[in-house]
Amino acid sequence: MEDLSYVRTDMLPERDPPASEVGVIGWLRMNLFSGWFNSILTVIALAFIYLVLAAIIPWLWSPTWGAGSLSACREIIAELGKEHGGACYGVITERWQQLLFGFYPEELRWRPILTFIGLFVALAPVLFNETFPGKMLWFTGAFLFLAPWLMWGGPIWTPLLVAAGPALGFVAYRYLVSVIGNLASVIVAVLIPVLFWLFLVGPLSQAIDGVVPLGIEVVESRLFGGFMLSVWIGVVAIAISLVLGVILALGRQSDLLIVKYLSVGFIEFIRGVPLITLLFVASTLLNIFMPPGTNFDIILRVMIMATLFASAYIAEVIRGGLAALPRGQYEAADALGLDYWKAQRLIILPQALKISIPGIVSTFIGLFKDTTLVSIIGLLDPIGLTGSIRADANWNGIVWELYGFIALLFFISCFSMSRYSMWLEKKLRTDHR
Amino acid sequence: MTTATDPEGGTFRPSMLIYDSRYRSATIQIVALIGFLLLIGWLVSNTVQNLADLGKSVGFGFLTEPAGYDINQRLLDYDSRDSHARASLMGLLNTLLVAVLGCIMATIVGVIVGVLRLSNNWLVARIMTVYVEMFRNVPVLLWIVFSMAILIETLPAPSAFRGDEPSASMLLGDSVALTNRGVYVPEPLFGRMDEEGHPLTWRQGLGDIHLFGEAWFRFDVSLELVVFLSTLIAGILVSRLIGQRADRIQNSTGVRPKTFWLRAAVIVVPSVIVLWLMGFYLGKPALRGFNFDGGTHLRNSFIALWLALSLYTAAFIAEIVRGGILAISKGQTEAAAALGIRPRRIMSLVILPQAMRVIIPPLISQYLNLTKNSSLAIAVGYMDLTGTLMGITLNQTGRELEAVMMTMLIYLAISLAISGAMNVYNNRVKLKER
Amino acid sequence: MKKSVFLGALTVAGFVAGSASAATLDDVQARGSLKCGSNSGLTGFAAPDANGHWEGFDVAVCRAVAAAVLGDPEAVEFVPTTPKTRFTALASGEVDILVRNTTWTLTRDVDLKFTFTGVNYYDGQGFIVPKALGVSSAKELDGATVCIQTGTTTELNLADFFRTNNISYEPVPIETNAEAQQQYLAGACDTYTTDASGLAATRASFENPADHAILPEIISKEPLGPLVRHGDDEWADIVRWTLNALVAAEEFGITSTNIEELASGTDNPEINRILGTEGTMGEMLGLEADWAMKAIAAGGNYGEIFEKNIGESTPIGLARGLNAQWKDGGLQYAPPFR
Repeated sequence: MEDLSYVRTDMLPERDPPASEVGVIGWLRMNLFSGWFNSILTVIALAFIYLVLAAIIPWLWSPTWGAGSLSACREIIAELGKEHGGACYGVITERWQQLLFGFYPEELRWRPILTFIGLFVALAPVLFNETFPGKMLWFTGAFLFLAPWLMWGGPIWTPLLVAAGPALGFVAYRYLVSVIGNLASVIVAVLIPVLFWLFLVGPLSQAIDGVVPLGIEVVESRLFGGFMLSVWIGVVAIAISLVLGVILALGRQSDLLIVKYLSVGFIEFIRGVPLITLLFVASTLLNIFMPPGTNFDIILRVMIMATLFASAYIAEVIRGGLAALPRGQYEAADALGLDYWKAQRLIILPQALKISIPGIVSTFIGLFKDTTLVSIIGLLDPIGLTGSIRADANWNGIVWELYGFIALLFFISCFSMSRYSMWLEKKLRTDHR
Repeated sequence: MTTATDPEGGTFRPSMLIYDSRYRSATIQIVALIGFLLLIGWLVSNTVQNLADLGKSVGFGFLTEPAGYDINQRLLDYDSRDSHARASLMGLLNTLLVAVLGCIMATIVGVIVGVLRLSNNWLVARIMTVYVEMFRNVPVLLWIVFSMAILIETLPAPSAFRGDEPSASMLLGDSVALTNRGVYVPEPLFGRMDEEGHPLTWRQGLGDIHLFGEAWFRFDVSLELVVFLSTLIAGILVSRLIGQRADRIQNSTGVRPKTFWLRAAVIVVPSVIVLWLMGFYLGKPALRGFNFDGGTHLRNSFIALWLALSLYTAAFIAEIVRGGILAISKGQTEAAAALGIRPRRIMSLVILPQAMRVIIPPLISQYLNLTKNSSLAIAVGYMDLTGTLMGITLNQTGRELEAVMMTMLIYLAISLAISGAMNVYNNRVKLKER
Repeated sequence: MKKSVFLGALTVAGFVAGSASAATLDDVQARGSLKCGSNSGLTGFAAPDANGHWEGFDVAVCRAVAAAVLGDPEAVEFVPTTPKTRFTALASGEVDILVRNTTWTLTRDVDLKFTFTGVNYYDGQGFIVPKALGVSSAKELDGATVCIQTGTTTELNLADFFRTNNISYEPVPIETNAEAQQQYLAGACDTYTTDASGLAATRASFENPADHAILPEIISKEPLGPLVRHGDDEWADIVRWTLNALVAAEEFGITSTNIEELASGTDNPEINRILGTEGTMGEMLGLEADWAMKAIAAGGNYGEIFEKNIGESTPIGLARGLNAQWKDGGLQYAPPFR
């Protein structure tokens, strides 16, 4: 009997997918018009984009880079016969250096630029530890002392002597540890640099400078301004607050009740009040809290308050890092017989800090953005400078160009930092999902 | 580690304070405490000495002096002869107002944006990404100033509504006016008048009660509002009872009686009757003199601050929401789909409730941030706590120490209250693990 | 621990500025520069130019004091202050002198413990309105929206003015002059009130200044002047007499152009005393004999400073008015140099 069932014995050639599923059309169908609801959304979105661009682009397109005043801009725009006006970029041409560097002397501006470049080089081995050799960490260490010197100037001896402080402490520790025991020598090793900095560095530096004058011109912090000021406040505050933050985080995790409550109290207090109130403390009260006669300048006071502010947030980030470490790491450190500080230094903190880097970067972004608040207490950061620029009779009445320029600067820097932090987060995420 | 070698009992030697682990922690703590107290003492003594040098004294007497300045946006009655304490109270209420409304708006926008960022509509998802990145990476102070400038520059001035052929017109049947001085919306009023201006005899408002006489914390309670709210609450309670009864019937007979209209009527009808009896009507704003008159005036400064704060915070909330949704494993979506639930309901019934547990803790800190950022009101002239107590009051009385400290403590109290309340909520929705 | 070096570096590197001891003059001379609290930006009175060089009417007073004390009008550090931070900056010794269009009032003098050393500009609070509004007097402003700059005496004056005239208004508090101007031009307020000098300066920068009118009512007295801390009378004297020297110089016709010539000696003994060729006034103040000469040479006499920064030839275009010399019917009256 003949088998009537039909079995295909050869494969049919693969056919192209329907035209509506591939190429541009397919993509459009998939991503924009996959149903009536999506289609409506797409149309609304397109209309929205058109409206926004139609409003902004004609305004942005305005050949006023050479204008010397707002009225000159208005003339140029009137000549072009633009209906809705246009941007006046002359103010950016004239003032962009001021917006970037504040009143930093023009011939010395290579110093903040060098510091800024150095900052990247110093951070590279920390942030991209796979690409850059660990030896570069030596530069990072040296940069901590060089950066303030580059920014503020003064004799080269000051940063060298300041760097000598920890070295002295280390020598003292090595020498004393066998004589008076571990804890006592740690305390001495911490006290020596502090006392050295407070009482000896100043006179010593002056004395050496008297014999071998070697240094660069002093630039006082009141000349700091513009974008440089924001960056510098942010960098200094984060750098110092890393140390304070680690101490506070350890304090908060500590078994010692009083230490714990002091840390918790400090962290919660700082996190519970707005930064602007802390800046008011810096501008109106900090001098009252200090011994009669001391007088920090306002930028230094702002840096102190910003540091305290950042340290509370950094402490919480690091606490998160500490909590994220597997319990086994603590137990393994205990099993090896390491004491508390050794365990922290060799096992816990290196790992906890590493996984905290994304959090630290976002804290930095937040702080960096918040430095704009210093304009409210009269410092000339970019936003503060807009007020001064608009007080110039030539630029009285200008708004969007300045704010737009500042917003663009902030956007570029914050966006790239947040991208880095996301990349790192992805890299650190070791669980597979 | 040292316990094994610790001598049992024995005489106490001072060196044991450091080397004996039984005493060491106590020693460290006491040293820390002494150090802390010394620090505080040092600060206080510096302050006392500095103030003495400046010839100033610390005192809160200034709070009872007349403030002397006016506040435009205020929730309670106030004039320039009232005390600094009352002016600060106005500021505090304004802070709370913008914080609460900001949190609500930020949550709504944030959730919508967060969900739309995961939309399969490419264009919409991209627009939302642009929105999130734009707002997250530019300082909030700039956004506040920006939104103020946009409101001022793009909306028409009240004069544009005037004349025979006005260039701007009111919305929604002449009841809402968008101007660059703010938005005027109808205001609920009671005790409607007849055409000659006499109150209707049997539909009268009840008036207000003044509490606390002339004290700085005095306030008025609108009796109409009390009556209306109690009617509404009573209606809701009755409606609940009906619902419970329906549940019982369903449990015993298996058939649920239709109660929707009944329940709605129980809530709506008595409230409407009460409103009608009290002569409820909407007071519409109308152009009079230089400005619109009547209605509720939401100042530009308030709207700009509110919009900027909530849109800025919404960008962060959107990321939190997105992260929360992505944290729910794909199996949940697939299981729900296998049960035949439609995609939109999967989101609202399966994904979001689970995501909430991931979302809530970071959400709390965003609420805190918004509340703290509301102190930037000063940049647009919204008279919040920093604008009154730490602003004009500080400036007119020269009491920096008192004003700044009080402001900090009040903000601290608000922050602690928010995080406390949210923690209670968080504990309630937390997955109970056994 | 390494990173805490920052703090050490900062403190030791000599940025802990000098103390606010009683003898401000000694501090200033030891430091070699005068710290002057200024406005962070007010057209005509104080603003930095594109090179960061401060200019303006108030700034000129600082430069004159620096020239008198240190011999160099450029030896000034300008510390920009806001209305809220200015008094603490002065009280805490962060600045030696505050020249920030600050109104002389009793509470500031007595309660805040400052000494006003004179008046460099007699001002009063006024209103500016668009002419299209059809208002000719401030008393017609019932129900108007009024923009005010916060943190100044203007908001108190405003509240008092409307209260005494029993008319209502809607205040719009604004942080800076630039923003107030923006709101006013956009019609977000019907009128803007601040010191009349500020109004004139603001109007000058409008696209169409002729469309706006400054109302005749001046609702307050605003004597603006430099101030110093209580308790250092010698320093207050120096500032006071530097300002007086500028005013007297105009009265006696000493200008920045003829000062060199006059300094070689004249027949007028008072000019000689001012310029230090006669008498020991510099010594009495603890300064060089030619202190006033340097102060005047720094930016010219009072009239020259006025004309250069805010006078009728500038965009601001203020008339001398109350600030004319007493001989011309104004209030600028320098006590005798004797």
